[in-house]
Amino acid sequence: MSQGAATTIAGNTPPFTEKRKKNLLSDGQGTLAGFLISPTMLVILFVVGIPILLSLRESVFRKFTTPDPTTGMIPEGESFVGLQNFTDIFAHPQAVDGAWGNIDRLINSFLNVTFFTIICVAIETVIGVAMALIMARAFRGKGFVRAAILVPWAIPTIVSARMWGLIFDADGVMNKILGQQILWLADNSYSQWAVIIADTWKTAPFIGLLTLAGLQTIPSDVYEAARVDGANAWQQFVRITLPMVKPALVVAVLFRTLDTMRMFDLPWGMIGQGKYYVETISMFAYIENNQLRYGTAAAYSLVLFAYIVLVAFIFIRLLGADVIGDEETRAITEQRKRQKALAKAENRKIKLAKTTITSGEFQS
Amino acid sequence: MTAATSHVAAAELAALNKPRRDWRFWLGKTGIFLGMTFIILYCIAPFYWMVVSSLRLPTMGRDTSFWPNPVSFENYPAVFDPINGFGRALVNSVIVSLSTTLVTLLFGILAAYALARLRFRFKGIVLAIIIGCSMFPGITLLIPLFKMFTGAYPWMPINWMNTYQALIIPSLSFGLPLCVWNLTAFFRQLPVELEQAAMVDGCTPGQAFRKVILPLAAPGVFTTAIITFIAVWNEFMIALTFGTQQNMYTAVVAISKFTGAYGFDTPWGTIMAAGVLVTVPLIIGVLIFQRRIVAGLTAGGVK
Repeated sequence: MSQGAATTIAGNTPPFTEKRKKNLLSDGQGTLAGFLISPTMLVILFVVGIPILLSLRESVFRKFTTPDPTTGMIPEGESFVGLQNFTDIFAHPQAVDGAWGNIDRLINSFLNVTFFTIICVAIETVIGVAMALIMARAFRGKGFVRAAILVPWAIPTIVSARMWGLIFDADGVMNKILGQQILWLADNSYSQWAVIIADTWKTAPFIGLLTLAGLQTIPSDVYEAARVDGANAWQQFVRITLPMVKPALVVAVLFRTLDTMRMFDLPWGMIGQGKYYVETISMFAYIENNQLRYGTAAAYSLVLFAYIVLVAFIFIRLLGADVIGDEETRAITEQRKRQKALAKAENRKIKLAKTTITSGEFQS
Repeated sequence: MTAATSHVAAAELAALNKPRRDWRFWLGKTGIFLGMTFIILYCIAPFYWMVVSSLRLPTMGRDTSFWPNPVSFENYPAVFDPINGFGRALVNSVIVSLSTTLVTLLFGILAAYALARLRFRFKGIVLAIIIGCSMFPGITLLIPLFKMFTGAYPWMPINWMNTYQALIIPSLSFGLPLCVWNLTAFFRQLPVELEQAAMVDGCTPGQAFRKVILPLAAPGVFTTAIITFIAVWNEFMIALTFGTQQNMYTAVVAISKFTGAYGFDTPWGTIMAAGVLVTVPLIIGVLIFQRRIVAGLTAGGVK
């Protein structure tokens, strides 16, 4: 059907198919784009692409640690060990005492990362959305609040870590306010909450800012219509505000989630290294790397990498986080979806679209 | 007659338009006011504590009075005590952050323009790669780079430890995606008709970019520069890994390793003073450009 329509149009306007007029707006854009993008892609290849490949290579090698039986010396260099750097987590666990009992150090840090991420992001989202709702209704002092909200964002994480370190000191102001004698910075579950509080402080305002931007795109007549229909405040929040702010919120939460998963500075600067209650995978891999055990360090960092990719994938697939936000890309995806559905209905195979009808290229 | 009717109607309208100020209105208003107070306290209180603690006597580092008594500035000269090398660390931070920002802007402007305006194949993939880069865990990249910069690879016999390039090049891995992403959002907001008009008037796409888009995007470029600068300035893991000698510490690494000029006890006053010194320029910059920065931070996430 669409094919027929196309041929009739083409038949009526022969010059269009035979000899296209040169289009200054779209012709040669690919070449120009390649020219403009290649420096950036080259830099990314060198500082991201190649290191990731090298990381994969490192993770299957290991330095010799046992003496050579013939010479009695530890030979220099590395040997290929396959997946042993990964499987040793289970075969030869390096048991430590953390919040999760006596388990392998990597599994311990993996659980820490999961725990921190879930708790931090949940608290940050609730506080951030609450902040955004308050700011959206403010009449006066908006500029002042916005300035205040940027303060935690601008403070370097290490400075914030030391700052909270002083606040959570055994003789510090937090214990004074609470009237308790809690050892927040020792290696115990209080230190986990100290890290969570410090992280929430720094990043909840950021979620608030992003949510506020999303809130401001909701037209006020939607709320007026809802009020006319007799919706109360809670119904308006659940049925209008949340669904309409969801795209912005999901992207903000995704970024925060991935950021929390690679947390390093805060526990490092506040509690210190080798504290198993707060040790994250980033910290553990860093420590291994400092001991020049590149193999295990790379293996652990790849575990984190895979974990992050998995979570990002879940976010994008299940929650529909539109991180790319490019209209043309979105249009192509939609078009392919339609084509697939159509092809499935007509039970035939088709070539999937590479460009959209708006691309300035004639669709055959 | 008609005038009188319209007068009555106008009065009635004015009465109806006047917002009702019953107890609900005032309750809502008080709630908002309390909420705003809470937000400001939440954001400012810990920072206030840092400032207050930096203004105590060096011997009173752990004091918990809410106002320093007596107020003392002795901690500030102590920050620059030679054993901490903090002055040098500040210079290092400026060098690393500025050069990373300049390089990322140079590359980022070109790429972002293409991504925002031009139509080409694989655009979705390029965008996905760039956003993917900003999601990677830094530690995955650091391990091979550390091995490389210490000269452990026989095919790359270099020793870049404690050099500026070792601090700058890895910083590109997160600075460049951040920069491209922000700039793409800014370029997208500029109406495409401007360039089209310029091209109708005889500009080539390159000229349209140089003479129309770039001047208009200058505020966006500036904002992106600030955001990238702050991100690099605050970066810790790369600086900690590749600057292992005191003369190559950046400011944040120096703060994390502070021993202080006074005694063996943790010199909290000095650390807090150093924290204030590192943060205050950022906060002043952020306050001056707050509108732009908020626009820049939200541009990536919200359309």
